[in-house]
Amino acid sequence: MDWQAVWLTLKLATITTLILLLVGTPIAWWLARSRSAWKEVIASIVALPLVLPPSVIGFYLLLLLGPNGPVGAFTQALGLGTLPFTFPGLVVGSVLYSLPFVVQPIRNAFEAIGNRPFEVAATLRASPWQSFYEIALPLARPGFLTGAVLGFAHTVGEFGVVLMIGGNIPGETKVISVAIYDHVEALEFQEAHLLSAGMLVFSFIVVASMYVLEKRIGVKPS
Amino acid sequence: MSGLQVELKHSLGDFNLNVSFSTQASGVTALFGPSGCGKTTILRAIAGLLNTHQGQVSLNGQQWQADNYFLPAYERPIGYVFQEASLFQHLSVRKNLEYGWKNIPQAKRHLKFDDVVELLGIGELLKRKTVKLSGGERQRIAIARALLTSPKLLLMDEPLSALDHGSKQAILPYLDSLHDELGIPSLYVTHDPNEAARLADEMVLLDKGKLLAQGKASKLLTRLDLPLAEFDDAAAILDGFVSAHDDTYHLSWISMHGGRIAVSQVNRPVGKHARVKIQAKDVSLSLKLHSDTSIFNILPVTIIDTHDINESQLIARLQLQDEQTLLARITRRSAITLGLKEGIQVYAQVKSVALI
Repeated sequence: MDWQAVWLTLKLATITTLILLLVGTPIAWWLARSRSAWKEVIASIVALPLVLPPSVIGFYLLLLLGPNGPVGAFTQALGLGTLPFTFPGLVVGSVLYSLPFVVQPIRNAFEAIGNRPFEVAATLRASPWQSFYEIALPLARPGFLTGAVLGFAHTVGEFGVVLMIGGNIPGETKVISVAIYDHVEALEFQEAHLLSAGMLVFSFIVVASMYVLEKRIGVKPS
Repeated sequence: MSGLQVELKHSLGDFNLNVSFSTQASGVTALFGPSGCGKTTILRAIAGLLNTHQGQVSLNGQQWQADNYFLPAYERPIGYVFQEASLFQHLSVRKNLEYGWKNIPQAKRHLKFDDVVELLGIGELLKRKTVKLSGGERQRIAIARALLTSPKLLLMDEPLSALDHGSKQAILPYLDSLHDELGIPSLYVTHDPNEAARLADEMVLLDKGKLLAQGKASKLLTRLDLPLAEFDDAAAILDGFVSAHDDTYHLSWISMHGGRIAVSQVNRPVGKHARVKIQAKDVSLSLKLHSDTSIFNILPVTIIDTHDINESQLIARLQLQDEQTLLARITRRSAITLGLKEGIQVYAQVKSVALI
């Protein structure tokens, strides 16, 4: 059993999800509340990974992060080396790849709150920060749950981006999906079965528990 | 400068708002007018929920809005009651009440938590979930929540309009007690003349974004040059005090300078302020004082002016000795037969009175 790949996958998905919640929340908030003309342009850029082939994302990331790319030059100047074919590189790729899966549900949840609770909070002397923490976050909780679960599951399931910028280094970038691919290539169907069936069960549990949880805590704003 | 000064200009599509008025630093002022006249827009601008970019707002000399200056809503010492109660549904009733309360430094809390809870009769509701409350209960909590910020000005945007008749009647006494006991000046938006008559001391009359008139509610309701007097249920309000109770016939006497009126007995101590509403169609006029009539609420009045409503009816404005005014809706035929015209003294026979 490829416990190393399983562990690596879970680590990648957890770190990616945490970063996505931190980065995605302000983006979702801005998309939900802004009246800027640029809003839908930014929304489209965030949504791009939904439609782009993962290999395209991986390819451009490789160029960007590689030794000749602008980001690569920057990381090298900082003495960090380059990101492709490292675990941090995988994290960067996963964050970009799973961004829409986290931003969209949170944005929807923020939008569903409407304007009124924020107006009420303001007339009750709550500063904008206060109403964000005390009103927006708790009321958008179902959206955060959906976003986190989708982001996590989607990262666990990614393959194309990983293969392009991560490669296949055991303990560093070899995640479950890549391990399955390896086993099939080597005609080790038994091992491929084990991992694949595990993923199937995992995915089912994730989706089912999300539906159940959503129903239980989903106090929809009326 | 004390009181509220408002001067606002705002355009939105076809709608142009351009008003300027000021109100006293006490009592209830009704912003009254048909839907679309801009009353809610004005209230939102005063609260800081809407920036009109042009105009100015100040309370007791403190600027809230001026050229290039706009104090955000959360820094204005106001309480706001919305049309729908808009309780925070992720918080319990108690937490809803405490939400504004906790944002006010202790030294600036003028009202006690328990007093406000008692005033609005919501002690029983504190432990309940907001979704399990009736419309009237929710609105009372919203009012208490606004009061607990110890506002210097209370803004109410048709707080009763989303309620059914029963809940409305149940909540009105609470609004009265706000008025009587707290002395927080309030602006009350309404399109219902009955609500305005019952609650308001002052009225600001609006139409199509413009100010029509402003003044004491009792005067405005009876001015014949304003649309109010032409309503089918046009009414006058008279302020007086409870002067006596008649236990034999279960009546209470409300006295004012220049007359007294009997109403069905009320549970209010002698000397207490009372306001009655008299509909124009319930008032008839006679030249002599009749004692052989079932109507015993008869007030000596002087006709100030008359105004034809249609070909058969006119409305007369009558003045009591203490200068309070009353309306009478009579036929033109009677007016001509009796020779009723401006300046003559007559007796107003009041068929029905409502204590409000």
